[in-house]
Amino acid sequence: MAAPFLPKPSLQKPAAHGPLLYRRPVLALLLLLVPPLLWLGVLYLGSLLGLLVYSLYSIDDFTGQVGNVLTLDTLKSLFTAPSNVDVIVRTVLMALIVTLACAVIAFPVAYFVAFHTRGPRKALWVLLITLPLWASYLVRVYAWRLILAQEGVISWVTAKLHLSWLLDEVLRLPVLGGPSLSSSYLGMFLVFVYVWLPFMILPIQAALERVPRSLIQASADLGARPAQTFRRVILPLAVPGVAAGSVFTFSLTLGDYIIPGVVGAPGFFIGQMVYTQQGTAGNLPLAAAFSLVPIVIVGVYLALARKAGAFDAL
Amino acid sequence: MTATLTPPSIPSLAVELRGLVCTFGTVKSGTVKSGTVKFGTVNAVDHVDLEIRAGEFYSLLGPSGSGKTTCLRLIGGFERPTAGQIRLFGQDVTGQPPYARDVNTVFQDYALFPHMSVLDNVAYALTVRGVDKATRNKRAGELLELVKLSAFASRRPAQLSGGQRQRVALARALVNTPKLLLLDEPLGALDLKLREAMQTELRSIQQSLGITFIYVTHDQGEVLSMSDRVAVFRDGRIEQEGTPQDLYEYPRTAFVADFVGGANVLPGALVGRVGGRFALRPERVEVSADGPGLNASITSVHYLGAQTRLELDANGVSIHALIASSRKFTPGQTVNLRWDAADLRPLED
Amino acid sequence: MRSERSSWGLRVAAYLGVAFLHIPLLLIILYAFTSEDRTYTFPPPGLTLKWFGVAFARQDMWAALWLSVRVATVATLIALALGAMVAAAMARARFRGKDSISLLITLPIALPGIVTGIALLSSIKRAGLEPGLATIVIGHATFCIVTVYNNVVARLRRLSPSQLEASQDLGARPFQTFRYVLLPHLATALLAGGLLAFALSFDEVIVTTFTAGAEQTLPIWLFGELFKPRQRPVTNVVAILVMLVTLLPILLSQRLTQGHEEMDGAGKST
Repeated sequence: MAAPFLPKPSLQKPAAHGPLLYRRPVLALLLLLVPPLLWLGVLYLGSLLGLLVYSLYSIDDFTGQVGNVLTLDTLKSLFTAPSNVDVIVRTVLMALIVTLACAVIAFPVAYFVAFHTRGPRKALWVLLITLPLWASYLVRVYAWRLILAQEGVISWVTAKLHLSWLLDEVLRLPVLGGPSLSSSYLGMFLVFVYVWLPFMILPIQAALERVPRSLIQASADLGARPAQTFRRVILPLAVPGVAAGSVFTFSLTLGDYIIPGVVGAPGFFIGQMVYTQQGTAGNLPLAAAFSLVPIVIVGVYLALARKAGAFDAL
Repeated sequence: MTATLTPPSIPSLAVELRGLVCTFGTVKSGTVKSGTVKFGTVNAVDHVDLEIRAGEFYSLLGPSGSGKTTCLRLIGGFERPTAGQIRLFGQDVTGQPPYARDVNTVFQDYALFPHMSVLDNVAYALTVRGVDKATRNKRAGELLELVKLSAFASRRPAQLSGGQRQRVALARALVNTPKLLLLDEPLGALDLKLREAMQTELRSIQQSLGITFIYVTHDQGEVLSMSDRVAVFRDGRIEQEGTPQDLYEYPRTAFVADFVGGANVLPGALVGRVGGRFALRPERVEVSADGPGLNASITSVHYLGAQTRLELDANGVSIHALIASSRKFTPGQTVNLRWDAADLRPLED
Repeated sequence: MRSERSSWGLRVAAYLGVAFLHIPLLLIILYAFTSEDRTYTFPPPGLTLKWFGVAFARQDMWAALWLSVRVATVATLIALALGAMVAAAMARARFRGKDSISLLITLPIALPGIVTGIALLSSIKRAGLEPGLATIVIGHATFCIVTVYNNVVARLRRLSPSQLEASQDLGARPFQTFRYVLLPHLATALLAGGLLAFALSFDEVIVTTFTAGAEQTLPIWLFGELFKPRQRPVTNVVAILVMLVTLLPILLSQRLTQGHEEMDGAGKST
């Protein structure tokens, strides 16, 4: 109601003097965003789109030259050529089993750290879980060559325990087994689980840390036995953590080509397909087509995980 | 060239706001109560016109979300108006950033720089103006003396109590003698006793330095004791402006009557007038066990120390009254209410 | 919590889990000292220090190490600049497309490395570039942006906005506010993010195999060594070196990010 004698200006634009970036904060925002978006949007996203285009290029069967004719044949061959389907199914199955195993092993560790440690001890546990993650991926894969080798640690331990017969039995199993652990799916599975395990423990632990202690007390207060509290309160609240962890284990397994190369059975995985097709085979269109498989699967998986609240737990 | 002969006139107006509008982006439904809503946006400040004279202690009063803080931030330059003009001491500063305005602010959370000592905090305005170290430390020392914190110059803000931080923030904002000081609920985080002491101190500093203060608060008691003039905000607009006495004695709307000091808002029919609504301060309601007047029953009695507050029901209208605690009433009791007709203030709708 | 005591089963599972994570690393160290250089015989028949000498005499190893250091340094600097910029834009402002941008930043680590690798390779080929230091850096910087971004954005969100306002209010021009208030606040977050980015780049092998061409970073060199039948402990010596170079920055950055739990610069004594 101030000063009724003042003329009421209509909605006039504020004065046009003063620093431009102050008067136009959106401009400042744009200036900050343009370089990173150029980098990620043009270099990276552009490359991904280029990859998609590559998968549409034709390849001359005789000369091996990439032609300029666009065709869907390469993409189709992913689902029609039995050898390609095998690769995809093999990889996805391995990713699923590895994810499941990681979740099972990770949960008790995460649970223990979340609920039974505190203060510096908790920090130490978290550090112990994180450190292997940073101790060079390649080195950790290499470590398993030492362990799984025929003359390596596992053979030695089983011999000492007089269990060599058991190891032999396991290696005789169809599909899982092989001439030695280091050239079997079982060995590969162990390495995958080992390498990605911290990626599963940490999000589950983070999710469990966020479970309000009062909630557990409330549940106990309302007469729930510990097992009931666990099943009805803690487990559901840990789901986002498991979902977040599984994004990593699943996606990383799908795209890995080092582990199947260093340890493992003869069958190809998606990563190896991409690597050899672009390299020695020189079939970039097929390599590109194969690399789209993890993108699509991870995309679908991310959408599902988002529903499960995985991103709140990251 | 007569202009050269006249001494440079000091503008008598410190702040002029003309048709000021500040619109924030899309507001989710449910957060808007009754602001001007257009296309999913809300005007936090909605066509505000305001003049503040140089040297005044001027308060912006209102409930949270009423636009008073946004108005202050517009003057400081932290928000940009959607429309309208801001003039400080005769200069249009509408498009000027905070650092180009001769205005300093005491922030609600004090905003002391945690990585600097108290002295460096206070000297900051001089540091960024390139004042040499000896001069700025001397000046900052004087300001610390003013707020009685000389002994704490080398400490970090984290090592101070809330009241001390508040005083550092004040010293920091005064170090380059701004012409205008903005205070955003500066006492909000202090306890009652400290708050009262600081009210007196703020007022005396303002008077001794002669700086214009604009003070934002939702605490009407604070405003009445400190301000020269007050603007009461509601839904982004100024509901009423005037001296504390004006606002208390002559509230123009039911909102102001209730928000400043608390008042009964009574329908004309109840008080023997034709139509309209009237404000009546609870301490002006006379309560007696018998005698003439409006019949009412006591619904509850609240002992407040020197005074007692009675909640009453008169023909379905609830009224409250403040009486001396020496008089005893009990809930359920029927009493008679009287007042001086001159104490009834007609309200606009 | 119903009790601080945990059941035996849980405790054993947790200890086993952590042992599972660490025993392979200990074996790496042990095998650097074995006197057997063709097989992975366990237990090692004898212990020797000679592999350290052999490894350090390898010129190709030093060349690979030097390339890795240069790549990691340049990639880290680029990631610092880009990550900090996008963090500054994203920390508080709300705008349409913000979710897409944060997805874009995360994508390079969310998607399998091989996808990033082959995508970049196809672009490199199309652009007719010669794979080398520059192309390796492009790949590394792309997935390092997110580590800097995460660190800086978290720290920015803990910065009370009134800090920057107070600085401007007291007359500081944008650069002065940056220099005196923002940079001191972000310094350790930038350092931590930079160290993580360095470690990430130094260790990367999958994307690098696609973008490196004939160049050898240390992990690529190591990868080649894995399949050589002789002097196997040399691989272990270099593996220990790689672990040290990545672990030290990680530990340091962990220290740097501790103790920033509270909102910095908000002075309320509640």
